Amino acid sequence: MDFEPTEDQLAVQETARDFATQEVLPQAAAIDRDHRHPKELVARMGELGFMGMTVPEKYGGAGFDAIAYVLAIEEISRACASTGVIMSVNNSLVCDPILKFGSEEQKHAYLAPLAAGTKLGCFALSEPEAGSDAAAQKTTAERDGSGWVINGIKNWITNGPVADTCLLFTMNDKAQGHKGITAFILPMDTKGVRTGPPDDKLGIRGSKSSQIMLDDVRLGDEMRLGEVGGGFRVALSTLDGGRVGIAAQALGIARAALEDSLAYAQQRRTFGKAIAEHQAIAWKLADMATEVDAARLLTLRAASMKDAKVPFGHAAAMAKLYASDVANRAAREAIQIFGGNGYVTEFPVERHFRDAKITEIYEGTSEIQRMVIAGYLAKGG
Amino acid sequence: MKFTPTEEQLAVQRTAREVAERLLAPKAAARDVSGEFPVAELAELGRLGLLGIAVSDELGGAGAGTIAYSLAMQELARVDASVAVAVSVTNMVAELIAKNGTPAQAATWVTPLVSPDGGLCCGAFALSEPEAGSDPAALRTTAVKTATGWRLDGTKQWITSGSHAGVIVVWAVTDAAAGHKGISAFLVPGKATGLTVARLEEKLGLHGSSTAQLVLDGVEVGDDAILGAPGRGFALAMMALDGGRIGIASQAVGIARGALEAAVRYAKDRKTFGQAIIQHQAVGAMLADAATWLDAAALMTLRAAHLKESGKPFGQQAAMAKLFASEHAWKICDIALQVHGGYGYVRDFPVERMLRDVRVTRIYEGTSEIQRIVIARNLLRSVA
Repeated sequence: MDFEPTEDQLAVQETARDFATQEVLPQAAAIDRDHRHPKELVARMGELGFMGMTVPEKYGGAGFDAIAYVLAIEEISRACASTGVIMSVNNSLVCDPILKFGSEEQKHAYLAPLAAGTKLGCFALSEPEAGSDAAAQKTTAERDGSGWVINGIKNWITNGPVADTCLLFTMNDKAQGHKGITAFILPMDTKGVRTGPPDDKLGIRGSKSSQIMLDDVRLGDEMRLGEVGGGFRVALSTLDGGRVGIAAQALGIARAALEDSLAYAQQRRTFGKAIAEHQAIAWKLADMATEVDAARLLTLRAASMKDAKVPFGHAAAMAKLYASDVANRAAREAIQIFGGNGYVTEFPVERHFRDAKITEIYEGTSEIQRMVIAGYLAKGG
Repeated sequence: MKFTPTEEQLAVQRTAREVAERLLAPKAAARDVSGEFPVAELAELGRLGLLGIAVSDELGGAGAGTIAYSLAMQELARVDASVAVAVSVTNMVAELIAKNGTPAQAATWVTPLVSPDGGLCCGAFALSEPEAGSDPAALRTTAVKTATGWRLDGTKQWITSGSHAGVIVVWAVTDAAAGHKGISAFLVPGKATGLTVARLEEKLGLHGSSTAQLVLDGVEVGDDAILGAPGRGFALAMMALDGGRIGIASQAVGIARGALEAAVRYAKDRKTFGQAIIQHQAVGAMLADAATWLDAAALMTLRAAHLKESGKPFGQQAAMAKLFASEHAWKICDIALQVHGGYGYVRDFPVERMLRDVRVTRIYEGTSEIQRIVIARNLLRSVA
């Protein structure tokens, strides 16, 4: 038990911090204001090895561990939560499952460019009427000779409008429920694939999400990821890792709220002293710092369990549940510390407040995380 | 970055769990009712090395580190928080003397305190006074130089184990003009002439722990009773309290774990509307929050312990751990009681005791409010 990052992990953190501070942070407000997908930052993250962090080098990745991944996402998200989720989705939700479930051919053809950051991925599980309840999928995949024909609509797909490669979940045997779900690798330029207009969102406005419409999309069987009927297993195992990524994103947002508040509270004066010197404000800062620290430890603990290849679903759920809670509370308190200045876009904390909310919703709502944890406790914890 | 204990740390934890289950669990509820001080239990814990966990083998301790100490404290508190606090304070006193005392002081006090059948029962830490709690600069107890040593006069308040401790570290003003730097620490035998227990507090919880008001009326001690140099007392107290906060955070985590385990057990057993109540989302969600906070609290506590045992600065992390662990342990115990419904409110189940016991962790060794002041001050210093 040492709680100390290794030299390699520290080096990744430092690279991420430099990149985030020098290249991401200066653009974060404009990315939010313009709802702009930061294509050039994504390309830079590819160069830095951040788009396939835990993918081995032979498949185009950087070969880091999950701890380094968490440290990097925190840094990027501290500067810009939109950029953080683009990175998280590509790493956790697309590269990870292809690495784990893909064939050698699939890894070379599809994983390598995703991991190198030359192509961007998205993960299409949710539907208009199937979010956390994945077995309610309506997108169908039917046998068509040796291949498949796919029809349906996917919803809330992060990176959807800008992705090259989609990890797609379909129902090919409704009667089997969970066991009727099958996953595919879908190149987004396949005939019959269309994306809807980008969702107009409360926060993470630099992250493009949309519906994906699938209209008689034909895929060869070589595009299937994992077993026929094995898609639910792919989804669940992927989401555990995804939750660690979102916990790290939430952590970055929370830290942004804390650091911006700390700086402001030392500079802004009332009643003859810096507001940080008033206990009412000092306490908020103390609570924020304590909670951010707790969230970080939970997140890193989940990552270390992933690295150790022990079951970490409950630890990932705890990390995501708590870090997203902290991000929202910290951002709310940050606005309060900034007062009127917190409410205007000239200062960054109203963006943190808007960006924080999604972390309680996507990749499993807080309510779903609690169900996961309660299930773990009921089984004997 | 490792989040799992070493074999040695696990061995200490196992020892503590085993003795807690075997020795403490059967009578924890009875001690809560009778208020009996756990003299025999402390002796047995001493035999197992649990009174000086981080004290070196040469001095009679277990020679393990702060992480092992925290894990052991959690195990004891999980079963009986009263015994755990006596153990925590004894470890703190033993470490304080071992680290800052002369070899002769260590031989006189540390070894008998932590060794099997050393005869000192437990240690006490006498800093607080009726009008000086979190603000030690307001101390009024005085130590005046005599021909052969020092004469101590004053009143100490809220002294955990004050009625039974074989050795008491007493803080007193040796130079009133020097403020913080005029405070010194003295090693006073529990049986010293002129030292009396003026009152035993009746408390909300921790009934198996004694909380004494001690009066020092012309207590004479030798020159060899002063710990460290004269005027070093404030620095020693602050250092000890940083470490003590890890102990109390560990205690809070342990109590909360005991309460959560009881609640999960109950929720799997108790059925309403045709299913175990843990299957109802309302109950499952409460327990999920509690389990999440508990893990975070344990991680923060063990991280502070790791920093302390590596010789790195840990004051900020200890304050955060104590604040987080005590505040959330309170919420966890409340949830545990709520899950039990009416059964939680009566003494047939342990959570009623745990809720009362855990409350003090938000108060002693620096209230939550003081922790926030410490944390904010460190934050501002780090960015200034």
